[in-house]
Formats: sequence, C-alpha cells, structure tokens
Amino acid sequence: MNVAVCMKRTPDTTAKIQIASDQTSLVEEGINWIINPYDEFAIEEGLRVVEKHGGEVTLICLGPAEAEKTIREGLAMGAHKAIRLDAAQVPADPRVTARALAEVLKEGNYDLILFGKQAIDDDHAQVASLVATELNLPCVNVVVKLELDPENGRGTAEREIEGGHERVSFPLPAIISAQRGLNEPRYRSLKGIMAAKKKPIEVKTASLEDSQLAVLKYAYPPAKKPGRIVGEGKEAVPELVRLLREEAKVL
Amino acid sequence: MKKFEGADYFNLDAELSEDEKMIRDSVRSWVDENVLPIIEEHYQRGEFPIQLVPQMAELGLLGANLPEKYGCAGINNVAYGLIMQELERGDSGIRSFASVQGALVMYPIFAYGSEAQRQYWLPRLARGEAIGCFGLTEPDYGSNPGGMQTRAVKDGNHYILNGTKMWITNGTIADVAVVWAKLDGVVRGFLVEKGTPGFSAPEIKNKHSLRASVTSELVFEDCRIPAENMLPEAHGLKAPLSCLTQARYGIAWGAIGSAMACYDEALNYAKMRIQFDKPIASFQLVQQKLVYMITEITKMQLMALRLGRLKDQGQLKFTQVSMAKRNNVFHALQIARLARDILGGNGIIAEYQAMRHMCNLESVITYEGTHDIHTLIVGEDITGIPAFN
Ligand SMILES: Cc1cc2nc3c(=O)[nH]c(=O)nc-3n(C[C@H](O)[C@H](O)[C@H](O)COP(=O)(O)OP(=O)(O)OC[C@H]3O[C@@H](n4cnc5c(N)ncnc54)[C@H](O)[C@@H]3O)c2cc1C
Repeated sequence: MNVAVCMKRTPDTTAKIQIASDQTSLVEEGINWIINPYDEFAIEEGLRVVEKHGGEVTLICLGPAEAEKTIREGLAMGAHKAIRLDAAQVPADPRVTARALAEVLKEGNYDLILFGKQAIDDDHAQVASLVATELNLPCVNVVVKLELDPENGRGTAEREIEGGHERVSFPLPAIISAQRGLNEPRYRSLKGIMAAKKKPIEVKTASLEDSQLAVLKYAYPPAKKPGRIVGEGKEAVPELVRLLREEAKVL
Repeated sequence: MKKFEGADYFNLDAELSEDEKMIRDSVRSWVDENVLPIIEEHYQRGEFPIQLVPQMAELGLLGANLPEKYGCAGINNVAYGLIMQELERGDSGIRSFASVQGALVMYPIFAYGSEAQRQYWLPRLARGEAIGCFGLTEPDYGSNPGGMQTRAVKDGNHYILNGTKMWITNGTIADVAVVWAKLDGVVRGFLVEKGTPGFSAPEIKNKHSLRASVTSELVFEDCRIPAENMLPEAHGLKAPLSCLTQARYGIAWGAIGSAMACYDEALNYAKMRIQFDKPIASFQLVQQKLVYMITEITKMQLMALRLGRLKDQGQLKFTQVSMAKRNNVFHALQIARLARDILGGNGIIAEYQAMRHMCNLESVITYEGTHDIHTLIVGEDITGIPAFN
C-alpha cells in the first residue's frame, strides 16, 4: 500500500490567538505549532495500514519552511518520507490548497490518501472532498473505522452520522478523512525521533491559483457573560433546572 | 486542570535542539496521560505501577543514552536528562525506576561487562523484558560503601556470595541484580539472577517516602553463581562509584521535574485561593515564596543544562555532578515544602501533588550520596583536604 497523508500545521489547541492589526491575519509570533489533531489520527491510521499490509507512508504538507519542524513530528511517529509544498502562507481559499495538493498527489500513485476531517484553525472541512473531486476519486469523510482489502482493491469505512454509524464500501484508491475515535495516535518514541532526523523532506513549489475567497475581518468571540447565582441550597434546584432547560437549553 | 507547560523563565528552550525538545515533549505528554492519572493511587497503596514498564520501554526511555547496537536509543545526555526531568515531574519513584534500570544496571553491564553479557542483557533490559537492581548499600555501610561486608569466594567455576544489601530500589521485582562484593579484598561486580538458590529479596514496607517505588533488602546465603556472571572489567570501588555518577547526573535533572510540578501547582493555587477577599498570590509573603521557587528552578536548569553539555563533550567531572545533585535536590525539597505550605490544608491531601513530591524528595536527598556527603566531595575537591573521617 502506497499511502499519502496530507497534514497541516496548526496552532496548539491551548494557544492564545491574537488578531494582527490589519484584522485579516493572525499574529504567528510565539505560537506553538502542532500537527492538526485530526491529521494526527490520519497519520496514525496510515502507519497502521502499512504495518498491516506493507508499503510506505508519505506526508504531504503545504506550508512555509518553518512547517518542517512539524513535519518531523509526523516522521517521528513513523512516516517514511515527506513532501513540503512550499508556500509562505496557507491560502485562505481551501480550493487553492486542494488543487495544489491534487497536483502532487497525482504524481504519487497512491492507493490511499488520508486527511483529517478538518483543520482546527480555519475549520473549513473542505480540502479532502475538493481533492477527491480534482482527482475523481471516491471520498469518505468523518471516518471512525477503516478496513482495507488491498487484494481485492476495496475497503470499508465506518462513519459517524446523525444518531448513528454508517458503513460504506468503496474501491481503492480512495480518499478518507479521519475523525476522533478512528485510533489513538502513538507517542513519538525516542527511536522514531532519532530516525526522523535522517528522513527526507522533498520541497516542491506549490502551484497556487488566485484565491476566490478573501478574509474580510477576524474578530474575537464575544466576552463570556458573568455567571449568575440562582439561589442557595435545595430550594434553588427547581429554578436551576428550569433555567438550564429554558434558557441554556442544555437539558 | 490546565496542561503543564514547564517553567522557563530564562528561555532556555532556545538552547535545546529540536529533537531534544521533541523528546521532552513526548515524555511530557506520556506522563500527563499515563502517570498522573494513576500515581496517587499507587502511592497511597505503596505500589510501583509496574504496568508502565512496557510503555516506558516502547518509548525507548530505558538506558536511552546507551548505543543503538544494544537496542537502546543512543540519544545525547541532555535529552536523557530531560527524560529524567519529565519522569520525576510525574513521581520520583518512576524516575528512580528508570535511573536504576539505565544508569545503575545497564550502564555497568555496558561499561564493565563482557561482550556476551552486553549482548544478552542490554536488549532485554531496554525492552523492559528484564528489570534490574543495583546492590551497593549495606545495613552498616551506607555513606561509606568501601567498608562493605558482602564477600565473594571462588569455588571452581562458581562464586559463592554471602552478605546483605539494604535499601535496594527494584530489588523484589528485579530479574537481575548487579551486586557489589569483595573478592580477595577488592570490590567486584556480579550479576545475580532472580531465583538463584541462596538469594532472596524481601521488600521493605511501611515507607513514608517513595511509596510508588519498590525498595528491598537483598540477602545472599551461600549463593552460588556461575563464574561468567562476574563483570570482568570492574575492579575496585571506583566502578560502582562511576555508575553512581551516571545516576546522580539523572537525579540533578529529575529534581527539576519535581520542583516544576510543585511550583506550577503552588502558583496556580495562589492565584485562585481567596483569603481576606484577595487571591493569596497578592500577599508579599506568598510572592516571596513563589519568586524563590522560580529563581531556584532557573538556577537548577542552568546547572543541569551546562552539566549535560559537558557530559556530551566528555568533559564532565564527578565533582560537578556532586554539586548539581546536592544543589538541585536540596532546592527541590525546599520548593516542595514551600508549595505544600502555600496550599494550606489542601497541601496535605492526595488531590494535590506537592506533599507526595516533598516526601519523595526526602529519599532523593539521602540516596545516591547524602546531601552532606556531596558537600564533602566538593569540599575535598576545592580544598584538597578530605573531611570524610
Ligand atoms: C528509597 C531509597 C532507595 C535506595 N536505593 C538504593 C539502591 O538502589 N542501591 C543502593 O545501593 N542503595 C540505595 N539506597 C541507599 C542510599 O544510597 C543510602 O541510604 C545512602 O547512601 C545513605 O546511607 P545510610 O542510609 O546508611 O545513611 P548513613 O550513611 O548512616 O548516614 C546517616 C547520616 O549521617 C551523615 N554522615 C555519614 N557519614 C558522614 C560523614 N563522614 N560526615 C558527615 N556526615 C556524615 C549522612 O549525611 C546522613 O545525614 C537507597 C536509599 C533509599 C532511602
């Protein structure tokens, strides 16, 4: 199995996001970058697939040179090699990213292409589907279980849908986007980290078209309203329940 | 609870390489997810969480600075130190396990063993399939190990061991003990396997400290071991002392982990806890304690990092290790006590870690050379006058 995993570097989930003075970009200084957590599930799944069926995992990341640090994290997990599509910035328009990725994916002859279901920074959740359209491949999104039968060139995937799960069958090659629950990503072992230093990261120029989307403005979420004390002791319970049901609508 | 991020007041992260940081961060998340959720319960029960050993092995933490050809990770000493720091941020007992396995069992086999002993034991110990212990201290010879009473006598193709070792970490759970004994008056090292007739390792119970670690007695009564179980290259007390230098090096780093855990907990608590209508962090006396903590942590970090770079350049002196072990453990213990104090009554219960670290550090300041013995080691080095007896 020749597996590709597309990974994005995103700010750490605990990072404090600061909007730049132009209001259309974010301050990158001081941010701790990580592998987009959903992409980490995708990498783990790719590794499990080749551990079971043989083959190699290639990471593909569109981003600036600094992203190589994050790519090494994926190589430390056990991916065999990586391609970085050089771009000073990740395009605001997911279609531009998808087309650039599709361009290199075409050349790789991959049996399976894995993505995270979305990036936790821009939350577009479009790239896997757009790449599938570009490459004319079947695409299964939000996958929590994956089984492959390379001999017969097919796979089955279980995906989360409203109120339950759906199992689908598809021919290979295919595109899969990973949801939390698909697996438990491994720790980077010391051997993996040492080996990652020697693994190749090939740099290619990204063919980026013009974006059709433009960010007009970033804004912070509205400040949280202060809490309210409904009452004290047992007597307060009915009122609390009423408010939770009618106002907060969480019950 | 907010995720632990370490304390780095002087931006020492900038002095670490990418792989050193990656190794530290990987061990840090392993500790967050696998040690912290279970450690209190094991500590209270007085049990070493032995189920963590295969995971530590899988990560490559055992004997990590030894060469790859023996199944080890072959990382540098700074990265090794960072591992010890992160493990001890979890619990000194976990770090003690790794220290003993790596620095006191794998290291002597690597440094003083035959090639056959290395080939046989090192990969097994690295994979965690075998656990080791190191028997130097005796009931009547602690700070003065040169006086040891344990004897080995040659008998054909065997050695016969007699004597008792005391306070031996991992003793009861060990598959192999590195035992130091005198043969014709010279200290030599022997590998004694679990189950050898005449060898027993009863556990020392009822400890107030290092409760999540196994501490044992090793008893040898006419214990016959094959002659090839002697470490051929270890002659004299300097062999076990050189192992202690390795382990003390790790302790100098480990103490930073305990100290950071306590500082982090005390700082967060001080900002949240309201007394006299204000967070207690707003009182000068509390700030003074917190400032002492972060200042000492920063000094500990500088010392450990420099020590690591010297070790990687092959320029380390054992007296420098003594100074760092002495300083770092002493201040870690002070920091733990102050953190316990800032936490008030909450400081004595298991929901908070400070007191567990504090109790652990009472062992750490004693083992691997007591605080005062390290004073005398450095004292002799700078004055040229030994003051041991
Ligand atoms: C939890 C734990 C785990 C341990 N694990 C191991 C292990 O795995 N392997 C092993 O071999 N040992 C181990 N030890 C033993 C440890 O190294 C000894 O306890 C330590 O060396 C001190 O020896 P002692 O307890 O006999 O104290 P002593 O040597 O009796 O010291 C008692 C006090 O006297 C002071 N003192 C002694 N001599 C002098 C002097 N000349 N001048 C001034 N003050 C002096 C000491 O500083 C100390 O304050 C462990 C100990 C503990 C508590």
